[in-house]
Amino acid sequence: MAILITETTRVIVQGLSGRIGQFHAQEMIEYGTRVVAGVTPGKGGTTVLNRPVFNTMREAVEATGAEASLLFVPPAGAADAMMEAADAGIRTAVCVTDGIPAQDMMRVKRFLRRFPRDRKMRLIGPNCAGIISPGKGFMGIMPPHIYTPGRVGIVGRSGTLGYEAASQMQALGIGVSSSIGIGGDPINGSSFRDILELFEADPDTDAVMMIGEIGGPQEAEAAAYVRDHMTKPVAAYIAGLAAPKGRQMGHAGAIISAFGESAQEKVALLSSCGIEVAPNPSAMGETMARILAPGRVAA
Amino acid sequence: MDIHEYQAKEILKNFGVPVPRGGIAFTPEQAAFRRLELGGGRCVVKAQIHSGGRGAAGGVKLCDTDEDVRDFARHLLGTALVTKQTDAAGKRIDRLWVEEASQIERELYLGFVLDRKSERIMIVASGHGGMEIEDLAEEDPDSLIRMILDPAVGLAEYQARELAFKLGLEGAQVGQMVTVLKACYRAYRDLDAMMVEINPLVVCADGSLVALDAKMSFDTNALFRRGEIAGLRDPGQEDPRESFAADHGLAYVGLDGDIGCIINGAGLAMASMDMIHLAGGAPANFLDIGGGASPERVCQAFRTVLSDPNVSVILVNIFAGINRCDWIARGVIQAYKDIGIGVPVVVRLSGTNVEAGRKLIRDSGLPIIDADTLAAAAEAAVAARPQSIAAE
Repeated sequence: MAILITETTRVIVQGLSGRIGQFHAQEMIEYGTRVVAGVTPGKGGTTVLNRPVFNTMREAVEATGAEASLLFVPPAGAADAMMEAADAGIRTAVCVTDGIPAQDMMRVKRFLRRFPRDRKMRLIGPNCAGIISPGKGFMGIMPPHIYTPGRVGIVGRSGTLGYEAASQMQALGIGVSSSIGIGGDPINGSSFRDILELFEADPDTDAVMMIGEIGGPQEAEAAAYVRDHMTKPVAAYIAGLAAPKGRQMGHAGAIISAFGESAQEKVALLSSCGIEVAPNPSAMGETMARILAPGRVAA
Repeated sequence: MDIHEYQAKEILKNFGVPVPRGGIAFTPEQAAFRRLELGGGRCVVKAQIHSGGRGAAGGVKLCDTDEDVRDFARHLLGTALVTKQTDAAGKRIDRLWVEEASQIERELYLGFVLDRKSERIMIVASGHGGMEIEDLAEEDPDSLIRMILDPAVGLAEYQARELAFKLGLEGAQVGQMVTVLKACYRAYRDLDAMMVEINPLVVCADGSLVALDAKMSFDTNALFRRGEIAGLRDPGQEDPRESFAADHGLAYVGLDGDIGCIINGAGLAMASMDMIHLAGGAPANFLDIGGGASPERVCQAFRTVLSDPNVSVILVNIFAGINRCDWIARGVIQAYKDIGIGVPVVVRLSGTNVEAGRKLIRDSGLPIIDADTLAAAAEAAVAARPQSIAAE
């Protein structure tokens, strides 16, 4: 099963005609992902990588029946492109773009609320590496060979730290059901909790690795969900134990500005909710191995 | 991006917030002239730096005479002011704001921030102004009033009224407060602010409201469409290394240690810093070279890191997805040629084109220390420090 993307998911790439869009779409197609079309306003009627390009999302969805979209749209137009995808009936959109104004994201989140639950688009990102279900397909910019198919879910803010976790697990023979990058921005489409809910309901996922960082309330919200509602074991790592307060560490969202937002406070909170926290970023793989050991898995 | 108090006051004034009359001064003579412009009576001279806590640090003074103003200006200009919010070096004062003194009856706190929980703009207000919001939250949390605004509607009139009444305002002050709140909201929304703070917002002896201090910071992601705000940037208030790095597409934060870091991805960069600490070292900086880094950008990263004289070893840690290990390797080799690197360099490459990248490093004949994993790289960097530093 996996979550959000499988071998049957039909994917549109918004911004397929651009250099970066084309490069990553090529990688996705080679991996077996069903990329069915591109959308670039003004480039309708052309083809890229043997896929038709449309002017609007509505035309592209009507012609291909696609249910997912990957956005490589520059910051100034990214929020508009997300809203276009939602209005065209896309169910899962992944936005890689870094540098989108926070108030644009505020408006996008408000816009998404106008759709009834059964038509509402799930947004992943922005400022994320994308999503992958190893052996089935991926939407994003990750190097797919570092993921072995398996039964552990990964959810994290940072792309590269997610790669680090996947390769540590690969070295220990632990495979991945799906890996989801939720992105490093202060306002993002899906939270840790949203993705944990999907993994909890996924019959092909046995345990989850959650990779958080300093700043924001989403790790705390996820920890409460794990404590109250999750039956599957969760391991975690929180980046930024050495980060100073009040300084933004690269990600727009990675800044300790309130009580409970430092890595130390998050680690303590996660531990108190029954989450196995890796003591350092090199121990993510072995921490997962420990919670998967016979007798530790609830299922 | 932060701006100065006088710039924030100018912006808010244009949106309809009452602020005291005043003027900017770069010399003691200008400061004295500003006092005369204001009528020659009692005035306040305020150091303009990008930090709060200026009053407690001695950067603000009530002055009654020409001599007072000149003396205080001479005492401040050209020096660095160290406040509770700056580092030990403080921030350089190169301009002063001179404004008319206000008759303060009551001090209120008013802030507009991005609330990450509701993902909306939130007003935070308190009837006890004048204190820093952090202290207020600790000492008098019950006095804080929070109000969340719907982006589809904006600040509703009833919300503004409700807040005014909760703050204990009455009569004409309620209408004035509604005006102030709506002005702040419009400034926040229209200019892509991340924070608007008026602390204190004072009720004067004559019952009128006035913004005695003002602070605004802006979303750097939105500066591409806010040219007028981008123009208010004051590089003199920034760490020169951070400015240089930002101009070259690098996210850099200077820290106290001696292990220079060149990493891709903010999460991996933070994780590498954590790993260095665990191995017994201390990072000199946070640096994310970003996605799709060219050899030139890698070279600029080396320049940035090496501009810190404390750096005694450099750790390059790359897990390439959208990046390419061969480009990174080329950048490292080019940095040796162009800059001449006098400290040990540890390189860990993983991900896209890793074999090509490692081969380039091996074949270069340069004294680069190769590492396989994140842990090995951090340990190698700590071990590669000169003995004199390692012994401290």
